[in-house]
Amino acid sequence: MAHHKQLAAVVGMGQTHHRAKREDVSMAGMCREAIDRALADADMSMADIDAVVVGKAPDLFEGVMMPELFLAESLGAAGKPLIRVHTAGSVGGSTAIVASTLVSSGVHERVLTVAFEKQSESNAMWALSVPVPFTMPVHAGAGGYFAPHVRSYIRKAEAPNHIGAIVAAKDRTNALKNPYAHLREAKTVDDVLASQMLWDPIRYDETCPSSDGACALVIGSEDVAKASPNPAWIHGTAMRSEATSAAERNQVNPQAQRDAVAYLYRQAGITSPIDDIDVAEVYVPFSWFEPMWVEALGFAEELNGWRLTEAGETNIGGKIPVNPSGGVMSSNPIGASGMLRFGEAALQVRGAAGEHQIDGAKRALGHAYGGGSQFFALWVVGSQKPTS
Amino acid sequence: MRDVAVVGFAQRQMEKFEGSPTCTELLVPLFGECYEQTGWTRRDVGFWCSGSSDYLAGRSFSFVQAVDAIGVIPPVNESHVEMDLAWAMYEAWLKIQTGEVDTALVYAFGKSSAGTLRRTLSLQLEPYTMTPIWPDTVSLAGLQARAGIDAGAWDEQAMAQVVARSMKDAEGNEHAIRKGASSVDELLAKPVYADPLRKHDCAPVTDGAAAIVLAADDKARDVRDRPAWLTGISTYIDPMSLGTRDLTRSPSTARCAERLDLAGVDTAELHAPFSHQELVLRRELGLADDVRVNPSGGPLSGNPMFAAGGIRVGEAASRIWAGESDKAVGHATSGPALQQNIVCTLEGRN
Amino acid sequence: MATLQSPVRVAFDYTRSTGPVVGRFFAGLRDGVVVAGRTSDGAIVVPPPEFDPVTLEPTTDFVEVADVGTVTSWTWVPEPVEGQPLDRPFAFALVTLDGATAPLLHALDVASPDEVSTGMRVRIRWAAERTGAITDIACFEPAPESEPAEVTLAPAGAVDPVTGIVVPVELDYVYAASESESAFFRGLAEGKLIGQRCPSCGKVYIPPRNACPSDGSPTQEEIELSETGTVTTFCIVNVPFLGQKIAPPYVSAYILLDGADIALLHLILDIPAEEVRMGMRVKAVWKPREEWGTSVENISHFAPTDEPDADFDTYQHHL
Repeated sequence: MAHHKQLAAVVGMGQTHHRAKREDVSMAGMCREAIDRALADADMSMADIDAVVVGKAPDLFEGVMMPELFLAESLGAAGKPLIRVHTAGSVGGSTAIVASTLVSSGVHERVLTVAFEKQSESNAMWALSVPVPFTMPVHAGAGGYFAPHVRSYIRKAEAPNHIGAIVAAKDRTNALKNPYAHLREAKTVDDVLASQMLWDPIRYDETCPSSDGACALVIGSEDVAKASPNPAWIHGTAMRSEATSAAERNQVNPQAQRDAVAYLYRQAGITSPIDDIDVAEVYVPFSWFEPMWVEALGFAEELNGWRLTEAGETNIGGKIPVNPSGGVMSSNPIGASGMLRFGEAALQVRGAAGEHQIDGAKRALGHAYGGGSQFFALWVVGSQKPTS
Repeated sequence: MRDVAVVGFAQRQMEKFEGSPTCTELLVPLFGECYEQTGWTRRDVGFWCSGSSDYLAGRSFSFVQAVDAIGVIPPVNESHVEMDLAWAMYEAWLKIQTGEVDTALVYAFGKSSAGTLRRTLSLQLEPYTMTPIWPDTVSLAGLQARAGIDAGAWDEQAMAQVVARSMKDAEGNEHAIRKGASSVDELLAKPVYADPLRKHDCAPVTDGAAAIVLAADDKARDVRDRPAWLTGISTYIDPMSLGTRDLTRSPSTARCAERLDLAGVDTAELHAPFSHQELVLRRELGLADDVRVNPSGGPLSGNPMFAAGGIRVGEAASRIWAGESDKAVGHATSGPALQQNIVCTLEGRN
Repeated sequence: MATLQSPVRVAFDYTRSTGPVVGRFFAGLRDGVVVAGRTSDGAIVVPPPEFDPVTLEPTTDFVEVADVGTVTSWTWVPEPVEGQPLDRPFAFALVTLDGATAPLLHALDVASPDEVSTGMRVRIRWAAERTGAITDIACFEPAPESEPAEVTLAPAGAVDPVTGIVVPVELDYVYAASESESAFFRGLAEGKLIGQRCPSCGKVYIPPRNACPSDGSPTQEEIELSETGTVTTFCIVNVPFLGQKIAPPYVSAYILLDGADIALLHLILDIPAEEVRMGMRVKAVWKPREEWGTSVENISHFAPTDEPDADFDTYQHHL
């Protein structure tokens, strides 16, 4: 029996001012800041919303088990359906995809989704490194996990040492154009190279910050989108997972990501990514992941992503601007970071990205990953209604 | 909407699982049973979704290793909810409704015995004014039970009847960890524990896992002569605050019922971890007296956290497959005192 | 054979920012006053909800209610758990304070369930030292029988709200290793490195896995592996963090033991960190036997051997 996905579009986006510590708000207050902006952007009130999807990373970060339960009333979700997604770092992306599914399945017309992290309530390094008995306590948070794989990339691709610094300087400088960004500071490549080596080969300035923040989207059906002045139509979504560790697993260019990208581009009718996509918001928590992931995303040949970055083609004004918002390198409320990528992509095709708008952006990619580079969530959004 | 049915179900329940909190060891044989029931391999599954809790396991990303049990080369289309299996099933049902996939295997697991469950669950509460005084799950249920007794909505006799029926029915369930017929009088003669609750009013702390297989249209008909068609599914949440809720009611369950066609239901598997909660649910769902409630013995006979709600759906589906039921309700709950609920109808037409 | 088990304490003092509404409530408690919120439907709710249940606007109308009230429901707590307000059996009660329309949940200090009933009058026993937290209410205690007083709802005065609280969350778990992992850890107690081969794909895993992540088959056939191997990749940890067991800087490396198909994470020592290389050949250095347990920590670290570095092509498919 043939069955076609119903069309869905982002019609509202809101985010908080991301900071190291949002001591002025509670968890609910922080989420509401993003939600209220998203609803205002969509010209809706909570009464218009059919269902709510909440995403965030591990509950140990805030020390609340399934916080969506206590938040339900403050978020306006009481009396509505609510789903809570947790897929590690990719969660902001997968939460947006689950929310889109509530619409594209034909079940609901208007769905609100919110993702957040209030990292200042605890300490992410602690929460990610609770020792496992009988094992070697060498774990050192996310940086300790990813640094060896960055080293592998550098070696495999024979990339010069300063590529990570180029990305970090670009993203931090881009963030100056984003009023919501946490780190808003002009950085040069030399500044980054001079910063402390934390998890060699990753320097302090090549690392994302730890942020408090939230992001919310309103996703509507075709009819809802028609009433919106500037919907971001969802052209395709993809989620793929693989194991944290497996014999001979490629951690530099994971198969799950390659599979997700191929599936996504098939749905969106993308044949030449660098030409067909105008801007990409890519989950880059450590700067070296930009050259790694632009390869997987088909913007560069394998092991040549660093050349794209080095040539400045990922800058605003380059062939494929990557993270004009400043990206995860500038704001990292972990659970929300993926949704911020998805939401910033939507802002671009809605022409609503403000100072960091890429002129004439018609199609944009939102990307998130999590776990040990094993969970991937991506979408492509466009200013035009999908044709297929 | 596409026609989607439950076509596979496997479960494990135990007092204490000796293995790792990732429960991977438990999942491998469960998936094996699902493949045997469907004749599929992992490559026939279009979408996977799991439910579990980091706080039950005591560590971040506790669900990550579970995908090993699938075998993820090639990688899989997969998601995870920090919720009960029943909501993982809901996400999979949505995915099938989009037409993107035709089949799904959803699973959930939890090792409740790794910590002190009733204390761990205090972390589900509002973190500013509730968790700091550590109200445990049994106490919250006790407050609800008392509220109903005081309001005349139920009494200890009615609660004991739920237990007596559950324990008797559990005798026929090989997975039940608590079973054994007792009369209502015998139950009422047992000591009160967390007044007004007796120990048998509370579901036992249970470890376990479960898996459910969904398939659409002809894919479902290929697997079973009598698939358990999911003819309706609905979920709602209430506010958490115990002070502003009428604890004798469950508005979210009533809302679910409004969106479903419950006429002709002959069987209901209700996820009521405390005896009085079954009485609340029956009322909100408007179940007639002749509806067979929890023929499996229900959660009072075993309540593996994060799997137990989905197990209700699986138990209901099993009765449809067997021709013992033509229309059944599966229900799951989450949060303190029935805060969040999901209800589905399953029908045995071809 | 039984699995290996070990206690784990997951403990952190969470720093919660309260926001203006909960903060106003806590400021009242610090001053010995219970502050309620008046919601749009006219209810007087303790604690005040952060957002109005109907309009969803922030609660801004605060009034003072009494510290005496009536039990609307209760339950007995025969075996208190760590962190509860009383360490002896007590009752949890929902108490509607005079002036409020909705009850507050807290402990009630009575010696037996016979001393509690719905409708009984209770009052707040304030904590000796108040800091602006829910624990400023030590608990409720029985009060003389009386009719609920008519409370004139005085607007709560403007005071600086509490902005944050510290909430210790300490949970005790018993961690268990799986059966296959337990076999590996027991092997270490005998100085052996025991891996397992996947029956489907033939790959050798160390530690052994409950399920081969490639195909889902449990690994079974035990294989004793060499204690020499190759560093595939590594990082130098320079950053200190809470709960860290090893003083930085240290080299955390993936070591592909000879005969294994997956690398193991361990420490590299006996060589300056900056001289550690991908492809470097290393050998396990065991702690003195008397310090051994069933743990990977029996191996103090890995140290370089005299062998030449492995060729990149021999291990690059493990990166």
